[in-house]
Amino acid sequence: MSATREADGASPGSPAMSEGRTIYARPLLLTNPTSYCPGCGHGIVHRLVAEVLEELDLGGRTILVGSVGCSVFAYDYLRLDSVESPHGRAAAVATGVKRVRPDRIVFTYQGDGDLAAIGTAEIVHAAARGERFTTIFVNNGIYGMTGGQMAPTTLPGQKTTSSPLGRDVETQGYPLPVTEMLSLLAGVQYAARVSVADPGHVGKAKQAIKRAFEIQLEGKGFSIVEVLSTCPVGWGMTPTEAMDHLRDTVMGAYPVGTFVDRPRRIAPSLPQPGPSHRSITEGF
Amino acid sequence: MTVLDRPGADARPRVLASPPGTGGEAFSLQDRVLMKGNEAIAEAAIAAGCDAYFGYPITPQAELLEWMARRMPEEGRTYVQAESELAAINMALGAAAVGARVLVSSSSPGISLMAEAMSYMAGSRLPMVLVNVMRGGPGLGSIGASQGDYLQATKGHGHGDYRVPVLAPSSIAEAIDLVGDAFTLAERYRTPVILLADGILGQAMEPVKPTFRALERPPRPDWVLDGAAGREPRVIKSLHLRPEDLERADLALQATYAEITENEQRWAGESLDGADVVMVAYGTAARIARTAVERARAAGLMAGLFRPITLWPFPAAALCEAARDARAVLAVEMSAGQLVEDVRLAIEGAVPVFHHGRMGGMVPTPDEVVDAVRRAWSTSDGGAS
Repeated sequence: MSATREADGASPGSPAMSEGRTIYARPLLLTNPTSYCPGCGHGIVHRLVAEVLEELDLGGRTILVGSVGCSVFAYDYLRLDSVESPHGRAAAVATGVKRVRPDRIVFTYQGDGDLAAIGTAEIVHAAARGERFTTIFVNNGIYGMTGGQMAPTTLPGQKTTSSPLGRDVETQGYPLPVTEMLSLLAGVQYAARVSVADPGHVGKAKQAIKRAFEIQLEGKGFSIVEVLSTCPVGWGMTPTEAMDHLRDTVMGAYPVGTFVDRPRRIAPSLPQPGPSHRSITEGF
Repeated sequence: MTVLDRPGADARPRVLASPPGTGGEAFSLQDRVLMKGNEAIAEAAIAAGCDAYFGYPITPQAELLEWMARRMPEEGRTYVQAESELAAINMALGAAAVGARVLVSSSSPGISLMAEAMSYMAGSRLPMVLVNVMRGGPGLGSIGASQGDYLQATKGHGHGDYRVPVLAPSSIAEAIDLVGDAFTLAERYRTPVILLADGILGQAMEPVKPTFRALERPPRPDWVLDGAAGREPRVIKSLHLRPEDLERADLALQATYAEITENEQRWAGESLDGADVVMVAYGTAARIARTAVERARAAGLMAGLFRPITLWPFPAAALCEAARDARAVLAVEMSAGQLVEDVRLAIEGAVPVFHHGRMGGMVPTPDEVVDAVRRAWSTSDGGAS
């Protein structure tokens, strides 16, 4: 954690620390304590985003594009100018924001119901166009806000309120690996999947989020970080069980790692645009 | 004249030195150019200071998108061809949130897809101008000109307690003027505004004066997002989970709508003096009704035309006044009987109200409208009691 500060980190009302050095303080970009359920990963992800924006000194020129789901409350807890989107449309809204204000830092904060179901077209095309914004994609494999229904990201066999016998791949299909899919697109400069399962992974998640915003600062294309997260209430687990499940099961189905970092020459090996493609371009 | 060239291979000025077949001063087309309605609306928006345009191809408005595809980059402004109408209007939502003057255009099926964001933009108090070049429906319908989206434009589109001003030009020259007015209304009242045209207005070419009006830019409003440096963050949203909060926001919207209704009604009256039958028509239907007025009067039927220019707010009191001494009122529309609902509400039974409409891209002829005037005249008893 590089945000070592001299300021007093004591919370209001508590006795001031008389001596010593603050080694961790709540980022100034975080406002109220969150209203998320115990064990929910959103609070961790909010903090990581706030820390990164603060370390990069971007808070005063960042615009958050909200989405629908539990993620909609992000603007209540992040001290940022924010605009709300209809369900699934955050990537289109962010396109409009960033095209008009390319000098601002723009990011969407979306859950998996929002991004991977109703917003699939918008995220795919924003990525394909190489829009210069960042997407923080919080994947907990379920529709949390509406009461724990099956999402496109729900694991095979997982019980939800709308797959009460467990997700049956014969009738309900397979999980959608969105970040791998987006990694195939030339407009994507950075794509990574991370997890908040334990402090080690949280640290790596922060590095990925920071890298994504740095890529945006370079202005070359789209960046996305998928954060594997928890929904203890939706999963029917205690917070501790949910974190164990995230590490032992979910991370097995959704491998973490950096899929694309074009400035560092990390990208899946794909057929490159061939001579025919180039000749078409040159023809005009 | 580059500005008035059409994009693509057919890019040449079409200034008419003199109109074919005439030459009289009264009909001089000098200093005028022929433009398609779609092109003229696009160029008028650019002159009005449109910062960003988002669209998706659909007939009969595709020329508007094509015009913007060439002209907006020339002007150094934002143009995106979106992956869908859903995406196009949500890009507009984002652009409006950071203070851009935004235009979106589509035609009927595309407007249906945009309904969701219209509701969000109304609830979030974001200005935007949306052009609907109407085609026949329902469903995929036809690509012919229609006015079948009257109810959608004036009462419908998205969910919730909101309204949207609707401006209806009846000529390309008027469309050019109304584009600027639409932006002014949108910004003054922080609301989406619909410019309601139809396939004929969009596709036909008419001589227009290439004098497009520039709009002043008001000082940067205090709700625009630009990063919360040195001030409290701003949140543009329509979500208010506490019913008390949402009702307060809804009441504020209703107060704005009351103000719009009070201040922004527009209409035009033609040949209303001594009119026994007052026709009510807008857009292309009003052009036909105008010809029908002439033919009816030539045949001894005293017809007149009341043309609403704002469809919402509907100029109800003005219509009531215009029809006070009439024997009958006749709504003429290219739809099944949509406009006539507002006409009946305005007249409140004071005068018998009749309806003549065609659908599906069919356009009423002046002679069939004259027949409808005659039927209205003879069916009503002449008493305005």
